[in-house]
Amino acid sequence: MSNSYTSDILKPFKLKTKQQELLIRVLILCLVYILAFITRLFSVLRYESMIHEFDPYFNYRTTLYVTQHGFYDFWNWFDYESWYPLGRIVGGTLYPGLMVTAALIYRLLHFLRFAVHIREVCVLTAPFFASNTTLVAYFFGKEIWDSGAGLVAAILIAVCPGYISRSVAGSYDNEGVAIFALLFTFYLFVKAVNTGSLAWGLASAFGYFYMVSAWGGYVFIINLIPLYVLVLLITGRYSMRLYVAYNCLYILGMLLAMQIRFVGFQHVQSGEHMAAMGVFFLMQVFYFLDWVKHMLSDTNLFQEFLRITVTCAVAVGGIALGVGMASGYISPWTGRFYSLLDPTYAKDHIPIIASVSEHQPTAWSSFMFDFHILLFLFPAGLYFCFKRLSDATIFIVMYGLTSMYFAGVMVRLILVATPAVCLISAIAVSATVKNLTVLLRSKTKVAQIGSTKGTSSAKASSKASLDQSQPFQKNGAMALLFGAFYLLSRYATHCTWVTSEAYSSPSIVLAARGAHGNRVIFDDYREAYFWLRQNTPLDAKVMSWWDYGYQITAMGNRTVIVDNNTWNNTHIATVGRAMSSYEDEAYEIIRSLDVDYVLVVFGGVTGYSSDDINKFLWMVRIGGGVFPVIKEPDYLVNGEYRIDKGAAPKMLNCLMYKLSYYRFGEMMTEYGKPPGYDRARGVEIGNKDIKLEHLEEAFTTSNWIVRIYKVKPPNNRW
Amino acid sequence: MDAPIRAREALGFILFSLLFSICRSSSLNHLLISNAERRIDLSSHIVKVYLTLKVENAGSTPTSEVFLSFPPTQVDHLATVEALVTKGKRKKTTLVRLDVKPTELPDAPNDAKYFTIYLANPLKSGESTTLEVLYLLTHSQEPFPAEIAQSESQLVYYRDSALILSPYHIKQQTTFIKTPSTKVESFTRVEPSNRAGTEIKYGPYEDHPPYSFSPILIHFENNSPFAVVEELVREVEISHWGNLQVTEQYTLVHAGARHKGVFSRVDFQSRPTLNGASSLRYLLARLPPRVHSVYYRDEIGNISSSHLRTDSRKSELEIEPRYPLFGGWKATFVIGYGLPLQDFLFETSDDRRYLNFTFGCPLLETVVDKLTVKVVLPEGSKDPSAVVPFPVEQHLETKYSYLDVVGRTVVVMEKKNLVPTHNSHFQVYYTFKPIFMLAEPLMLASAFFLFFVACVAYLHIDLSIRK
Repeated sequence: MSNSYTSDILKPFKLKTKQQELLIRVLILCLVYILAFITRLFSVLRYESMIHEFDPYFNYRTTLYVTQHGFYDFWNWFDYESWYPLGRIVGGTLYPGLMVTAALIYRLLHFLRFAVHIREVCVLTAPFFASNTTLVAYFFGKEIWDSGAGLVAAILIAVCPGYISRSVAGSYDNEGVAIFALLFTFYLFVKAVNTGSLAWGLASAFGYFYMVSAWGGYVFIINLIPLYVLVLLITGRYSMRLYVAYNCLYILGMLLAMQIRFVGFQHVQSGEHMAAMGVFFLMQVFYFLDWVKHMLSDTNLFQEFLRITVTCAVAVGGIALGVGMASGYISPWTGRFYSLLDPTYAKDHIPIIASVSEHQPTAWSSFMFDFHILLFLFPAGLYFCFKRLSDATIFIVMYGLTSMYFAGVMVRLILVATPAVCLISAIAVSATVKNLTVLLRSKTKVAQIGSTKGTSSAKASSKASLDQSQPFQKNGAMALLFGAFYLLSRYATHCTWVTSEAYSSPSIVLAARGAHGNRVIFDDYREAYFWLRQNTPLDAKVMSWWDYGYQITAMGNRTVIVDNNTWNNTHIATVGRAMSSYEDEAYEIIRSLDVDYVLVVFGGVTGYSSDDINKFLWMVRIGGGVFPVIKEPDYLVNGEYRIDKGAAPKMLNCLMYKLSYYRFGEMMTEYGKPPGYDRARGVEIGNKDIKLEHLEEAFTTSNWIVRIYKVKPPNNRW
Repeated sequence: MDAPIRAREALGFILFSLLFSICRSSSLNHLLISNAERRIDLSSHIVKVYLTLKVENAGSTPTSEVFLSFPPTQVDHLATVEALVTKGKRKKTTLVRLDVKPTELPDAPNDAKYFTIYLANPLKSGESTTLEVLYLLTHSQEPFPAEIAQSESQLVYYRDSALILSPYHIKQQTTFIKTPSTKVESFTRVEPSNRAGTEIKYGPYEDHPPYSFSPILIHFENNSPFAVVEELVREVEISHWGNLQVTEQYTLVHAGARHKGVFSRVDFQSRPTLNGASSLRYLLARLPPRVHSVYYRDEIGNISSSHLRTDSRKSELEIEPRYPLFGGWKATFVIGYGLPLQDFLFETSDDRRYLNFTFGCPLLETVVDKLTVKVVLPEGSKDPSAVVPFPVEQHLETKYSYLDVVGRTVVVMEKKNLVPTHNSHFQVYYTFKPIFMLAEPLMLASAFFLFFVACVAYLHIDLSIRK
């Protein structure tokens, strides 16, 4: 009685099933949106709101410039603080998407009277775009499978470590917005292919434009989409929808992309973009043939025509490409592109690419680390995709397979594969769970109809066998469902753990556990950079290995010789040569580069292992690559890299060794070990009596991590 | 070494005597100082001078103004002058503060500058009174040698006069100079003068005419760090929701002898007393009690080396710069903290509100060359007026903070050359209607409301062209 009364009252508020579903979906999406944001905030909570690592510091500096000087000044900015004495035309040598995005967000917030600092905007840009990526993943999943798969994809990508690694708060890098742009472009393109709508095609062209403005990885899009179109053409799935979508994306996207100065005319001139152009012309040939076929009724005649046309088209295309290549109009593939196709290429030819740890081939463990269960769900998802083949699923399969290959070639490209892996895995999860629940629900219905007490499992299963179904179906489904949820919960805990342990360290501030379990913070980098900023002349030139270039200009506000934008190999090799020469030879080079300060990073006191001594062999290799005077075997003893007494004499007396270990021999680092015991390498150093002739110690940070030396003026000649 | 100094000083003496004999006819001279004692404390980089003057009215008319005179070189470095008079007899003496104001006198010899002490009761003819004068000098110790290496200690020059510069005849005077350590390289002798321990005594000197001057030069060791804040901007933001947010931007410099040559971390760490003795390792800031959300950072992020100690009466924040400051090294940083509003904001009887806050720099033993105090009043406050116990430059600004539409009124006060004794309270009066407090929450609420209305409208309106 009372029950019916309350239900009467609640009737106007009661939602229909469809509305309920919408509400739940929106609620889940909102939660995922928030989750994707907050799971990336570990580093802000644990350290502070700060920019991480190396490249983000350049991006931060340029963003600061945009907000202070406006867009046009930024576009024309000649930065004399880097690559001394060459300088750098910043506007023409970067992808401005990230900075412009952050500056726009900053402007918008200030327009809405939120007086935030630009740093906070920069720190939170990556998490914000990660949240947006989850929404795109939902719509993409909905487009290629169904809304259930979309939801699962959104959840998976929200916490996937492969993506988090590049999008935690503070990791203010191009990839942060580029993955969003990449997925968004793909989504819009698939939508355009599915609908054949010019509007979606246009949208995808703009998505592509944004991607081009944000990251060099746009080359992946401009090669994957033609490949996809080619596959559709080959498999006989050519349609008007595809024609509209691809032409719209290619022509408009190309024209828009040319507006980015760093890209310029590459779309028509560079070898990496030729595939897209070829497919574009092929598409026109297809369209033409279709039209001719439509006009001609005679099949034999058409066959003949087809043969001639295809031969001509291929011949013309080949000749055009050959002439372009030969005349130098079309540039050949770059080294980076080669190293993607041939993983061993960089090691032999471009040591500077090979020296970066994130360019190394991926180990199995890091696949497991970054994808966890997705690695197993991925093939299952592929299976489901092949079972329900459509234009959209073909796309996601191709995206998944190609990006998986690239992820295997280079560690950092795991990032590109992550959205595809998440989407395909989401299809697997969604399809499996859906099948299982359908099974469960139909069973319970049968059980309820069949008996009044259908609760005990034994009875239910006996009913099931009576209903001509497989035995233990409900139990099996239940168990599988539990298994799936168990795996997914393991995935969630794994992701949280990885995010918190591995990907949330700013790498500017180092933290360690002290003797009493307390947290010890090594803030030496900023100590040194701030010292440079405050206590050196404004026009001081600082020489360091290129890793620290961006940080020195951004935090120290001083001119550097080389930085992380490794465009000039010779310049870097000169620095490498100076570091690996004897002091007086190095002094000549240093003088010729007009250097005032030399900065080295040294981990011997704290046991910080990614210091310059451990990177030293790369300096030798890169220096030796340009200047054959530097020979790697001179620094090795029987092919072994040593710094102790048995080290090579050249090693013990080169500039880097001297600067790192100057007066380190007097230092007691560890109890029970001799003075001059290097904790990063666990040996006693081989040369304790280091005298510097042309340089003098200017500053050493409190934990010795950064050491700065001043270059003395030349002696008076008398 | 001593001879040229003596000669110069003698010359100076003669010049001054000549000059002053010319301007003898000045009208001030009906007062005389029967006894003067001066104690100069050189133990930190702020020079503290305590002057005890026994003033006697030898003229016929009562007077209530006593003049103090300073050489022009000292006036530029003069941070504050205070005068006190002892009242009562025997044990029941109390000190009463007197007004001191800078004055211009028309016939000032050699550009001497004057301060006038206004006595509470006019000094009648034949009466005498004892004045206690305290003045502080900044930037008055010149490092010599001007550049030192890490292991050397810092030596400085201090210049003054053995005789007190005064427009009055002084019958008897003595000067005691306290140095930070017993290490005194040299000092000018003006007999009778002698040195014992950390104290140098000049005098007693008898019967010196007005404007007597006898330059002295003391060269001594002073290893106290010369912490000078070149510029300090203090921003006090009032929120009527119960918080007072203070943000202080410092440009700190070590103004002692410049650091020369290498900085060796090994020596600095292993022999801290011998190496970098004059370096600035940490600073202590005294903050009000019940301080919360304290931060200490600079342009490139948080500085992790700071400690906060709080008790019920005060809070102490010990901050270390990112690196030890040697002579000539700089560091900029920001300290910010929140305070409960009820401790500092009060209401007057005529419904005005006023903020009562300290003016100077909370760092101990520091000189501030230029201080700007900005009081950011809440949006919608009117008629601001500031009351500061000493002369400052004032003007108004507008600042936009979170969700501000018309902007907040900022009362800006500027003052140069401050010492810790300037940490007295100042008041900013303004009127404010509490209804303005609701403006921002209402704005936010209506924005959300509009957003939801838009969502509902979007879900209920069919915008498609085709049916």
